[in-house]
Amino acid sequence: MEQAIEKWPGKIYELIIGATKETGGTRSKVVKIGGSNTLPFLFFEGENPNPPAIAMEVWDIEPTDWPDVLKNEYGSVLNDPTQWAKKCETLGADLICFRLKSAEPDGKNASSTEVAKTVKDVLSATSLPMLIIGCGNNEKDSSIIMDVSQAAKGENCLLGMATKENYKTFTAAAQSGGHSLIAETPLDINLEKQLNILITDMGFGSDRLVIHPSTGGLGYGFEYCYTIIERTRLAALSGDKMMSQPIITFVGQETWKTKECRADESEKPEWGPLKQRGILWELTTAAGYIQAGADVIVMNHPAVVKEVKNYIQKLIK
Amino acid sequence: MFIIGEKINGMFKNVSEAIATKNKLIIQELAKKQLDAGADALDVNVGPASAEPLADMEWLITTIREVTDKPIAVDTTKLAVMEKGLSLAGPGSILNSTSGQKEKLDILIPLAKKYNAKVIALTMTKSGVPANAEARLEIAANIVASAMEYGLEIENLFIDAIILPVNVAQDHAPAVLETIKQCKLICDPPPKTILGLSNVSQKTVDRPLVDRTFLVMALASGLDAAICNPLDKELMDSMITAELLLGKQLYCDSYLEAYRKK
Repeated sequence: MEQAIEKWPGKIYELIIGATKETGGTRSKVVKIGGSNTLPFLFFEGENPNPPAIAMEVWDIEPTDWPDVLKNEYGSVLNDPTQWAKKCETLGADLICFRLKSAEPDGKNASSTEVAKTVKDVLSATSLPMLIIGCGNNEKDSSIIMDVSQAAKGENCLLGMATKENYKTFTAAAQSGGHSLIAETPLDINLEKQLNILITDMGFGSDRLVIHPSTGGLGYGFEYCYTIIERTRLAALSGDKMMSQPIITFVGQETWKTKECRADESEKPEWGPLKQRGILWELTTAAGYIQAGADVIVMNHPAVVKEVKNYIQKLIK
Repeated sequence: MFIIGEKINGMFKNVSEAIATKNKLIIQELAKKQLDAGADALDVNVGPASAEPLADMEWLITTIREVTDKPIAVDTTKLAVMEKGLSLAGPGSILNSTSGQKEKLDILIPLAKKYNAKVIALTMTKSGVPANAEARLEIAANIVASAMEYGLEIENLFIDAIILPVNVAQDHAPAVLETIKQCKLICDPPPKTILGLSNVSQKTVDRPLVDRTFLVMALASGLDAAICNPLDKELMDSMITAELLLGKQLYCDSYLEAYRKK
């Protein structure tokens, strides 16, 4: 039987994260994402040159909110971002996703000088390419991102999150430090395109953006987010340059806050052992987003990272 | 949609003067301006008054080729000028145009094949432009048959249903729209459809208004390409908005800009 092969006019931009000595940084390797000219894993139809990359989260303060099942995997390194990053390297992470949670105004409210110093420390501790994400407060993130960008200058990191509210500061910061940028929108494909236009209007290369369409946890908007990723990819392959950026999803973050991963066994005996629930939840969510077309998956549980890497290997074989 | 810029035509005074004085700059500026405004290809016509059409076509195309590699639509009724033009313009150019009678198709389609060119074919014959859609479609079907006979890929065939000026042939516009719709049913993949848009507004008072209104209507009927004035910003904005409303582009607030960033 004749195979019906789809020929797409468009292609996802290929983005390099990290810089080695040859390109002006100190990373031991770079990670390439994107570059596809067809839907995920349809190798018979086109090229998917770069497999999805796994980033593991490292915080600059101890995540007191994490459930024990997850905390126990890391133990004492949770107090020390440099040791934590090193551990993730040994656990097989492709990238470190460093979160500047200490800057939260309602929490430790660390200054830009303080967070910039930890960024430098973590960059020295690990040789993996890095994502650097603010604390999530737009105003505070705008006030620290310039110093953070300068502290990591030359390392070609991926900075986030540029939103409708703060994109001007984030774009200027990424531009001046030579980094790429994550553009985040609240589950709305039209706003997603608009933010990319606004950022590129400032002279920022459309090939240096990564889209975060927001991540829905399994059971908490996963399907909605899945279809947005799918539609984004289809628009890109049809030739829409403002939708042709690689996509990132924050699977760990959306997994470990769900009640399914936290509710005690005495409370929900019918849900089975708590220890396995979170792992299965993160694994299933990650597998789903990989199928949707995510290029970077940010994860938490070491056992799941290992399993997902195996899964990706099987898919690209 | 595929836009062929119409401005390099000897019937315009600035172009005929540029040809007469061999002023390259005027032609090259016109080429660049049209491409910057969104044209995908450039129509080139030496004009009815040219005493040396062969030499003028050669000069125009070589002048344009100094500044762009974009496709050129060689616009002439003279066979020798057409062949010269296609040979200079290079692969991917457009033969503009052949009519639908067999003896024309038998010469011009093989010529286009020889130079790897696309073909614009008019739904008219020796007896003129038919008034209704049915007769236009019959000619279109004959054109498609000829294209198949000579091995021209149907995707490289543009059927022009010929729009006449609304002030002299008001009943033609609905027939043209119907023809555009039904052209899609001739074969699979279907031929592309094209219009020489500006003809619709000849001698009307507000030409741009008539042009852009008809372009939007034709797009809604499935039009793929137009020979028109890309420097008319309102025309281009209307075209982009019509494509948006037809779902050919993903909406965002800056969709006009997004289209132009392509």
